[in-house]
Amino acid sequence: MAAIDPTVASTTGGTGGTGDAGRPAGRVNDTRLRGRRWWKEVGWRHVVGVVVIVYCVLPLLYVLSAALNPNGSLTGSNDLFSTVSLSNFGELFGRGFGGWAVNSLVICVVTAIGTVLMGAAAAYAFSRYRFRGRRSTLTGLLLVQMFPQMLAAVAIFLLLLQLKDVFPVLGLNSIPGLIAVYLGGALGVNTFLLYGFFNTVPKELDEAARIDGASHAQVFWTIIMPLVTPILVVVGLLSFISTYGEFFIASTVLQSNSKFTLAIGLYQWASDERNAPWGLFAAGAVLAAIPVILLFLFLQKYIVGGLTSGSVKG
Amino acid sequence: MTEQTLAPRSPDVAPGDGGSDGPAPRPTVPPRPESHARRFSPGWIAKLILVGLVDALGVYGIIAAAGVESWWIVAFLVAALAVVNWAYFSRRAVPAKYLVPGLLFLLVYQLFVMAYTGYIAFTNYGDGHNSTKSDAISAIETQNQERLPDSPAFPVAVVTRGDELGFAVVQDGKAEVGTADDPLAPVDGATVQAGKVTAVPGWTVLSFADIAGRAEAVTALAVPVSDDAGDGTLRTQNGSVAYVFSPVMQYDAKTDTFTNTKTGVTYTPSDHGNFVSAKGEKLEPGWRVTVGWENFTTMFTDSRLSGIFLKVTLWTFAFAFLSVATTFFLGLFLALVFNDPRVRGRKIYRSLLILPYAFPGFLAALVWSGMLNSKFGFVNQVLLGGANIDWLGDPWLAKLSVLGVNLWLGFPYMFLICTGALQSIPGDVMESARMDGAGAWRAFRSITLPLLMVSVAPLLISSFAFNFNNFTLIYLLTGGGPDFVGAPVPVGSTDILISMVYSVAFGTGSNDYGLASAVSILIFIVVGVISWIGFRRTRTLEEL
Repeated sequence: MAAIDPTVASTTGGTGGTGDAGRPAGRVNDTRLRGRRWWKEVGWRHVVGVVVIVYCVLPLLYVLSAALNPNGSLTGSNDLFSTVSLSNFGELFGRGFGGWAVNSLVICVVTAIGTVLMGAAAAYAFSRYRFRGRRSTLTGLLLVQMFPQMLAAVAIFLLLLQLKDVFPVLGLNSIPGLIAVYLGGALGVNTFLLYGFFNTVPKELDEAARIDGASHAQVFWTIIMPLVTPILVVVGLLSFISTYGEFFIASTVLQSNSKFTLAIGLYQWASDERNAPWGLFAAGAVLAAIPVILLFLFLQKYIVGGLTSGSVKG
Repeated sequence: MTEQTLAPRSPDVAPGDGGSDGPAPRPTVPPRPESHARRFSPGWIAKLILVGLVDALGVYGIIAAAGVESWWIVAFLVAALAVVNWAYFSRRAVPAKYLVPGLLFLLVYQLFVMAYTGYIAFTNYGDGHNSTKSDAISAIETQNQERLPDSPAFPVAVVTRGDELGFAVVQDGKAEVGTADDPLAPVDGATVQAGKVTAVPGWTVLSFADIAGRAEAVTALAVPVSDDAGDGTLRTQNGSVAYVFSPVMQYDAKTDTFTNTKTGVTYTPSDHGNFVSAKGEKLEPGWRVTVGWENFTTMFTDSRLSGIFLKVTLWTFAFAFLSVATTFFLGLFLALVFNDPRVRGRKIYRSLLILPYAFPGFLAALVWSGMLNSKFGFVNQVLLGGANIDWLGDPWLAKLSVLGVNLWLGFPYMFLICTGALQSIPGDVMESARMDGAGAWRAFRSITLPLLMVSVAPLLISSFAFNFNNFTLIYLLTGGGPDFVGAPVPVGSTDILISMVYSVAFGTGSNDYGLASAVSILIFIVVGVISWIGFRRTRTLEEL
């Protein structure tokens, strides 16, 4: 419960000594509320806040405690922080966790980079060129992005089953094959975000570069790309996060334990009722959650801006 | 909108837009002495290498696809290679250079698979109908075999390589190895002792203990004696002696029928992709045929399936709607609570409140499934002091649990967007409402909520669409269970349509890709309608 202490402190601080917390007292007339009125107008908000934070944080504390508990069973994890040891973390890597983490990182990083490059290139073409079929392609992309790729997962599975005979590397149970599937969703999801951002870069810049003799590729790589780096980072990180949590397609494509991503591997542990390596799962969950939580804290302001239109969480 | 209405906006075409085919008049640009693409710059060389690699891969694919006679793949690869080479070596196709890679991936892994889903929905593709008719014929020949009375016995060694099992036998003094897929073929360098193979390079010979451990797989293994399925297969009952089995079912290509050599019954092909006898007895496996609207009609008319399908559909809508409603109202309530500048420590509250949102959704579902475990879970054992509530096993409690966990996962997002929207409502509007004598509730109902909804409503619609397909939560939390008793498909009370697709296509029991695709098509339609409503609200289409 250590995480809650600061807020509790701030609550009591507010009740007891209004205005005496190291401030030059009496310099302004103190209009702050006291006593019952304070409770009625402000105090209850702190009560709500504390209750909600307990609801928010308890499962997270629970998983952290289970990760540190060497006992390793569901029952043993119920006494929060009764014993603390890192033995689960040590055991993780002997059980394939390291391989899953590497698979997840490779898949997510390659997908993110591919998504950014292809999305940026497409946005550049749409934003800077007027060509036949431009409008219909844009409208088509808008339509396609409504449908999550997951809806066609059965067909993806059967396509990869057949591709296995031609390009084994793009077929079932292959990590490059899964990345290729994810890249198929790259244009649909992100082009609009990028397109809007590219339109805000003044065209006079490219024109100036063109007059100086730059080719279209030079304009793209040396003028536009550096100017849109922030949105590229956001698109890349959002792609990373959603790929990281993707379960449906990954679990149909990847079939052998050594190819699993973290999502599939940890699901195997958590759903293993007989052996129930719950401590291992919890330790793996803590490690797997850290990169995503860090990315989220980094991305927070973009999410608040409604940039992601509600479908980031995977 | 048409091209004409767009035209006034296009004077911003950059001069010298080389590849533009558009109607915009070309501004007079002094002719350039030479294209950049003809100069041997590092970029040009990089392009050459990349396109060369793609070409090499494509040609390899064409040869490989032609080898397995996948003519569709050959045709696609030829077309794709032509487009790629045209785009990157033509001076005119500048936009294409930037669009081709993304569009190719989109075409294969999004558009094609959508169309393919549509096609599969009209077939009986699935277990028992997995392949073509000729595959089915040879499978029937292989599976319906009996040991001939005088067939020779082979001392056999069971060998393994990776996941593959095989037999090693000695035939005519030569060691031979074969698997279920590859007929017996001579191998070099095998060690033979007393007529039995004891070691084969590249293979591991299983010991008796190993064979006992994999007895089921070993006794099920049938290794073809030769390329002709009519020659029969080698099988073993005990892992040490194998016999040749010969087909009981004889296929007659002229009449396209199977005849059972022992009973004399003939089997003719049916329009559902099976060989069927006059009495209606079916030979397995069958093959893939189109069955028209059957997958769709069974969902509504098959008495065993239609009830389940209706329940799942209703729950999908209820789940998506209630998820949006509960998360939105809790998020809005908290946003209102903490939108008061007099509350101290708001930053701390906010950063702790978004923690569930930052925690990966798939992990949250798994953690909660452990916490809600009825016997050992944290909720029953600690919070409820040893209660024995079957949170995930009772149909209604499981639904409640799913909604509760989704509330935990989703309200921080609603809190964030509501806070953002509240802060963008100008203060003078509220002030004037107060001047006119509106109370807190009245001001909220008539001023705050309508203004808030303007910016939040599109997000609520997309949140609905997202939850409509929230497979990860359902599958990882409850697995769709508790299962409906006696259902023909492995589907349960908390299954939503998308997780039903997964269970029908990939779940335990029989896999029916045709039915799963038909359900997918229905989801496509629902999602399309939802998005259309969303677009009408946001009018995104006008901003192109």
